[in-house]
Amino acid sequence: MLSSPFGLRLSKAPFFRWGGVSTGLLRTALSGLFLLLLALASTAWAQDFPKFDDKGVVDAANLLDPAQEQALSQTLIAQKQASGRSLVVATIADLQGYDIADYGYRLGRAWGIGDKDSNGALLIIAPNDRKVRIEVGYGLEGVLTDALSSQIIRNAITPRFKAGDMPGGIAAGVDQITALLALPPEEAKARAAAAETEARAADRGGSAILGLWPILFIILFIAMRLMSRGTGGGGGKRYRRGGSSMPIILWGPGAGGSGWGSGGGSSWGGGGGFGGGGGFSGGGSFGGGGASGDW
Amino acid sequence: MTRLRRFSTFLLPLFGAFALSACGINSVPTAEEEAKAKWADVQAQYQRRSNLVGNLVATVKAAGKQEQDTLVQVTEARAKATSVQVNAEDLSDPAKVAQFQAAQAQLSQGLGRLLASVEAYPDLKSNENFLQLQSQLEGTENRIAVAIRDYNGAVQAYNTRIRTFPDAIGAKIIHGAKPMAPFQATTPGAEEAPKVDFGS
Repeated sequence: MLSSPFGLRLSKAPFFRWGGVSTGLLRTALSGLFLLLLALASTAWAQDFPKFDDKGVVDAANLLDPAQEQALSQTLIAQKQASGRSLVVATIADLQGYDIADYGYRLGRAWGIGDKDSNGALLIIAPNDRKVRIEVGYGLEGVLTDALSSQIIRNAITPRFKAGDMPGGIAAGVDQITALLALPPEEAKARAAAAETEARAADRGGSAILGLWPILFIILFIAMRLMSRGTGGGGGKRYRRGGSSMPIILWGPGAGGSGWGSGGGSSWGGGGGFGGGGGFSGGGSFGGGGASGDW
Repeated sequence: MTRLRRFSTFLLPLFGAFALSACGINSVPTAEEEAKAKWADVQAQYQRRSNLVGNLVATVKAAGKQEQDTLVQVTEARAKATSVQVNAEDLSDPAKVAQFQAAQAQLSQGLGRLLASVEAYPDLKSNENFLQLQSQLEGTENRIAVAIRDYNGAVQAYNTRIRTFPDAIGAKIIHGAKPMAPFQATTPGAEEAPKVDFGS
C-alpha cells in the first residue's frame, strides 16, 4: 500500500471497513488520484540549492562579514519595500558543474524570487568559478535588460572584483540595480528602450488542479446531506464516524503533503510570501534573462 | 441490500467525480495547451535572436570588417531559419520539428563563426554597441535554452499523461491525442550513429 497520507488514513478509517470490492476499488481510485496530484505537483528540481531565509542575502560562499551582510540585508529589504520588486544577492560556493546562467534561473525558480508577476532579480556571485551573473525574472526583463545588466557587471562589479574588493563590488552592483528598479515603469522602459524594446508575458498555468477541489467539496457536501437524511437507528453512529473522517481525507494532501508547495512553488505562481523577512519570495519565475560576466 | 444503498448514495457521486476528473477529460487538453504555449515561447525566443542577428550583421559591416563570407552565410542562414516555422498543430510531427531545429542550428553555427572572427578585431570587441549586442545575444541564447527545456518538460509531461492510466483512457477515446515531439538542440548529424568500418 502507499505510504501516503491517503494510504495511511484509508487503512485506518473505520468507515471503509466493509471489506470486499468497494474498498479495493476506492483505494485504487484514490491512490490513482493521489498519484495524479503528485505528478502534477512534482515539478521541483532535483538539485541542491542553499536555503533561502528571506533576508535578501544568502552568503553561502562567505564573502561578507556579519556586519556587511546585515547592512546589505537592510538595503535590500528597504529596496523591496520602496519599489515592490525583489532583488536578492546570493553568493554560491559551488555551481555543481552548471553554467552560471543555467544555475541562476533554476535557483531563481527554486526560491521563487519575485511576486506572481515575476518582478524579481538575483545578483549571483560564484567566487570559486570567478563568475558573476544578474538573473532577471520575466516581469523585469523590460527594466533590467540584458544590455543594462551586462553594463552593470562590466562597469560596476567586475573592476572591483578584479581588485579583490568583493563586498565593494557587490554593493556597487546592488546600488546600480536598485537605481534601475526604483524607476517608475515608464521611465525604466524608456531607459531600456535604448537597448531593446521587447517585453514578454510570463505564462503561468496550473489552475487545473485548483479547479478540482471545489468539485470534490460539492460532491462531499451532497454526500453528507444524503447521509444525514438517511441516518436513523443503529447505522447512524457508523455514518457519523465515516462523515468525520472524510474531510480529513480530502484535506489530507493540503495539510500533510508538504510536497505540494515546497519546491514546486515557482511553477505554480502566486505562492504568496512566506512572511517575516522581506517577502522576497512570492512565486516569481525566471527564463534566462540577464547577463553574466567573469573576472 | 443496505450495503448497495450506502454505496449508491455515498460512493457513487464520489466515484463519478473521480472517474470524470481522473480519466483525462480536462487534464489532457490542459497539458497539451501547456506544451503548445511553451512551444510558442521557443519560437518567440528564436525570433528575438533572428532580430538581433540583423543588428549584429549591420554593426560588424559598419565597422568595415572584411568578413564578407561569414556575413553572407549568417544572413542566408537567418533568412532560411525565419522561413521555417512550426505551427502548434504540427508539434506531433517529429519531421517538422526536426526541420525547424536544423534551420536554427545552421544559424547558430554561422553566428558562432561570426563572433569568433570578431575576436581578431580589438576595436570592434570594445565597441559599446557591439558589447551590448553581444550581451543581448547571450541573453537570448540563454532564454532559448530555458524555453527549450521548459518545452521539453511540458512535452514529456503531456506524453506521459496520454500514455499512462488513467488519463490514457480519456486521451485515446475522447481526444485521440497524439504524442508531441521534443526539441533536440543538437548539431546536425549528431543523431546518426557513426559508421564504424573495421576493414575487410
